Amino acid sequence: MSSRDAILAALRKAAPPPSPLPEPPAGIVYPDPVAQFAAMVAAVGGACIRVPDLGALNVELTKLPAYARARRTVSLVAGAGSSNLDLAALGDPHELEGLDVAVVPGELGVAENAAVWVPGSSLGPHRAVFVIAEHLVLVVRADRIVHTMHQAYERIRFERPGFGVFLCGPSKTADIEQALVIGAHGPRSCTVFVLG
Amino acid sequence: MSGHAASAARFAADEERAHWHDQALWAVRAKRDAQAAAIPEWEELRETAAAIKAHTLSRLADYLEEFERNARANGVEVHWARDGEEHNAIVHRILADRGVTRLVKSKSMLTEECHLNPYLIERGIEVVDTDLGERIVQLAGLPPSHIVMPAIHMKREEIGALFHDKIGTEEGASDPAYLAEAARGHLRAKFMAAQAGLTGVNFAVAESGGVVVCTNEGNADMGTSLPPIHIACMGVEKLVPRSRDLGVFLRLLARSATGQPVTSYTTHFHGPIRGGELHFVIVDNGRSAILGQETFRRSLSCIRCGACMNTCPVFRRSGGYSYGYTVPGPIGSLLAPQRDPRAYGSLPFASSLCGSCSDVCPVKIDLHHELYMFRQELVARRVVPWRKRFAMKVTGLVLGRSWSYRLAGKLMRAVVPRLPRFLVYGPWNPWGRARELPPMPRKSFRDLLREEPS
Repeated sequence: MSSRDAILAALRKAAPPPSPLPEPPAGIVYPDPVAQFAAMVAAVGGACIRVPDLGALNVELTKLPAYARARRTVSLVAGAGSSNLDLAALGDPHELEGLDVAVVPGELGVAENAAVWVPGSSLGPHRAVFVIAEHLVLVVRADRIVHTMHQAYERIRFERPGFGVFLCGPSKTADIEQALVIGAHGPRSCTVFVLG
Repeated sequence: MSGHAASAARFAADEERAHWHDQALWAVRAKRDAQAAAIPEWEELRETAAAIKAHTLSRLADYLEEFERNARANGVEVHWARDGEEHNAIVHRILADRGVTRLVKSKSMLTEECHLNPYLIERGIEVVDTDLGERIVQLAGLPPSHIVMPAIHMKREEIGALFHDKIGTEEGASDPAYLAEAARGHLRAKFMAAQAGLTGVNFAVAESGGVVVCTNEGNADMGTSLPPIHIACMGVEKLVPRSRDLGVFLRLLARSATGQPVTSYTTHFHGPIRGGELHFVIVDNGRSAILGQETFRRSLSCIRCGACMNTCPVFRRSGGYSYGYTVPGPIGSLLAPQRDPRAYGSLPFASSLCGSCSDVCPVKIDLHHELYMFRQELVARRVVPWRKRFAMKVTGLVLGRSWSYRLAGKLMRAVVPRLPRFLVYGPWNPWGRARELPPMPRKSFRDLLREEPS
């Protein structure tokens, strides 16, 4: 018998009696989900800036020190910031090393925990951009902010190849004496623009 | 003294450090409490999570087949391993066939359980743990002491000295920001050079054939976004039926683990990176045997948040290494003796049965009750030392009859106050090693009640 069949047979033999599969509970509803989202972004070490349109976003973006001094930038959001790196021309994601800022579109924002859903299809040819950049800028539309993870999963579809990530603030670690250090392996800052 | 009690005594001998360890973990517990309190439906979430796990375990084989089918349709290669040895051989073969000699890993308790690192290193593969805490203990030549915070037992000065020795930081430097920055540079070079990345799995979804990996550092994302090969290793119990079940577990996991609303990176893998490969290795290694045990199967619901460790008064004061098993603390004290009751028979006794672990467990495993049940199992199997069994037998006989109970009380009240100290606090009284007996009352409760005017 193959290992696969042996494992499945052993699990069938040991299976407990059937029990029902419940639905997720209804989650908390915030009076102002955008305000809650902004507060949570700050709580997880990020910065949240609300802008009415792309024009205002670009004004705020150029004010960010990390963006102002960046030498290599990539924007995957049409009309927000600029790219001086042609992702399609890169043969290998390792060439992204040294990327200063990546501007990435978020499909959803989650008010309860500041998570921003970024599907792989929004990341261009090399998905490493979201983690290898020294600084990350996320752009989410205000009407795409949901209350809880339950609502987020109701909206998420996994299309093949189906990569996707919830990003919540900058990369961080507390592995040395529980002291919080921002910028463990990935971005050293995370700025979330809420548009509209 | 033997087993956990002996190793805990060694840890507790350094009183200052034991206190520091206790406080560090209690702070994490306090953060968890604040997060739980912010979610009005917290208890409902726990109930739902427990029910989803119970349901999944009742149909685990079906869900694994569904998961495999969908993963294959997504272009994933799926492998099955009965035990740790087979798991290690599968991972090695994937790497060796592709000429991989440099592997970066993110945290996986399963690979710790299977001792994958030494297996690969012996066969000429460089294995670099990339979670900062795991890298620290790897450089120190130690296993993790906690499943979420692997280096929680080490002080910054010790990490500074280790880094000075191993990665060339300045002598005497111990600032966490400086050390973490040095580790970032050191590990970035490893990420750039790696030919493959290996991760654990937090959740696997049957209906979509994908897996979810949670980190704060982004190390799993670095390790799977640069090299073309990704191997994800998972125990059979990681399954959930539907994508929407993830919402329930992700709301609980980070809040319970570190008191964060969610991890910084919650990454969903449903197929290989462009031009690359994705492998899932599904491992049993004793889990089907645990599933067959009615009393203890709920331990398979564990999502490895570590909340039971952070709250446990024994873990906090005895350290992760005192358990001698990959997963320490209350949950480890249930998992380890199921694997080997003789080697780990002392662990179910490493608990005050206070129930705090059960109160914080996000999937409502009745940990303290199961530990209590396991003690009885160990006594029945005669794994407990004869002295303990004998003492319990005698205690049972004395307390089981009212005349012998009364007589014993009378004798103790009369004799104990007259005995010299060395006789009362001899080696036969481990209870009195760190505690004083209360003064013996002159009269029993029964006597007092009789004298009370009605």
